[in-house]
Amino acid sequence: MNKQNWLREHGLILLTGVVVGIAALALTALGNPKNMGFCIACFERDIAGALGFHSAAKVQYIRPEIIGIVLGAMVAALAAKEFKAKAGSSPACRFVVGLFVMIGALVFLGCPLRMVIRLGGGDLTAVAGLLGFLAGILVGVVFLKKGFSLGRAYPVPTGEGFMFPGVMAVLLVLLAVFPALLKFSEEGPGSMHAPLAVSLIAGLAVGVMAQRSRLCMAGGLRDVFLLRDFNLLLGFLAIWITVTIGNLILGNYNLSAVSQPIAHSQYLWSFLGMALAGWGSILLGGCPLRQLILAGEGSGDAAVTVLGMIVGAAVAHNFGLAGNADSVVDGVYKVGGTSPAGMAAVVFGFLVLLAVTVTHLPRKEAAQ
Amino acid sequence: MIDTRGLSCPIPVVMVQKALKNGAPASLEVLADAQVAVENITRFARSQGYQVAVAEDGSDFTLTLTK
Repeated sequence: MNKQNWLREHGLILLTGVVVGIAALALTALGNPKNMGFCIACFERDIAGALGFHSAAKVQYIRPEIIGIVLGAMVAALAAKEFKAKAGSSPACRFVVGLFVMIGALVFLGCPLRMVIRLGGGDLTAVAGLLGFLAGILVGVVFLKKGFSLGRAYPVPTGEGFMFPGVMAVLLVLLAVFPALLKFSEEGPGSMHAPLAVSLIAGLAVGVMAQRSRLCMAGGLRDVFLLRDFNLLLGFLAIWITVTIGNLILGNYNLSAVSQPIAHSQYLWSFLGMALAGWGSILLGGCPLRQLILAGEGSGDAAVTVLGMIVGAAVAHNFGLAGNADSVVDGVYKVGGTSPAGMAAVVFGFLVLLAVTVTHLPRKEAAQ
Repeated sequence: MIDTRGLSCPIPVVMVQKALKNGAPASLEVLADAQVAVENITRFARSQGYQVAVAEDGSDFTLTLTK
């Protein structure tokens, strides 16, 4: 393939990666927590907190980035005539798998997108997450090859497709006009955020670009192993490289496994948490970011998945499952990580994913 | 004819991959209802040496893969 064809084929996904990377750097510079320009899991967790679904005081804020991503994807899909209201592909299983993807991500402290952003900040503890994510994806790919499917979605009345973007619009109105109804962190990650308009615009831009390019963190690795297709992986790599270069220029690059922002060095559970998130993302057909995009395109199944993730965030914080960051207490470095309950939840999550997987494999006569 | 309508990513392209592996047919018709499935199947089929023609029919697409 000559250079011109290669760029025509892959230019959009590369550009999307660069836009996501620059948006993440800008959001962090303007107030978002370090190495958390974007984090779909963390931001949905913050939304759950702002609505009072959990009471972890440090992680409560309606993140306009999430609203922007969904509405941006909706606008892009409508403009391209790709908005289609569809639903009916194992919604209850998707809800529960979404819930465990969230728990896995919060044990690690980040969704796959934040994992890449952490790597781009020089956070070597995220390498354990990357390896786990890869392992989870490989498990999912094995079952995809065996014929795993959550079944077909069917066309439904258009109102179903607009319901989730509508919920996002209501959240925006609550945030902008009735903030007194919501809970807001006064300290911790939830208190750190870029101005509303900037976060919303960044989310809209990413929503539009990711809808057009089909950016997906899980899809990037999956397609390489399943199809030898590197297109989506280029988006993954473009984010990593852009964030790395940006952090080097801004003086924020810190290549180390110690004292990384909102990260822990309990490597085994970072690995297993992201393995759970990776396998779950393959079962769902996309990473947490991709679920937001699909929900914006009218998928009721993706909407249910995101709602499952928001409930998963509430479960994670109500039952003390989420990871705690490493910290320095009285001059002593204290390794954080998840609790025994969090470890049990991850193991249970693997069993749930296994049950969902084996019950959605083709029956023997159908496979032949 | 392979009907991939309503199936999530990447199952449509996995179905095509299986069909092409099983006997390498000279031509194959695939029904899809999502632009992303059309793109993925097209990219994969071309990588396997097939030419792809896409016909739009209402909200569905018929892809014709020929060697």
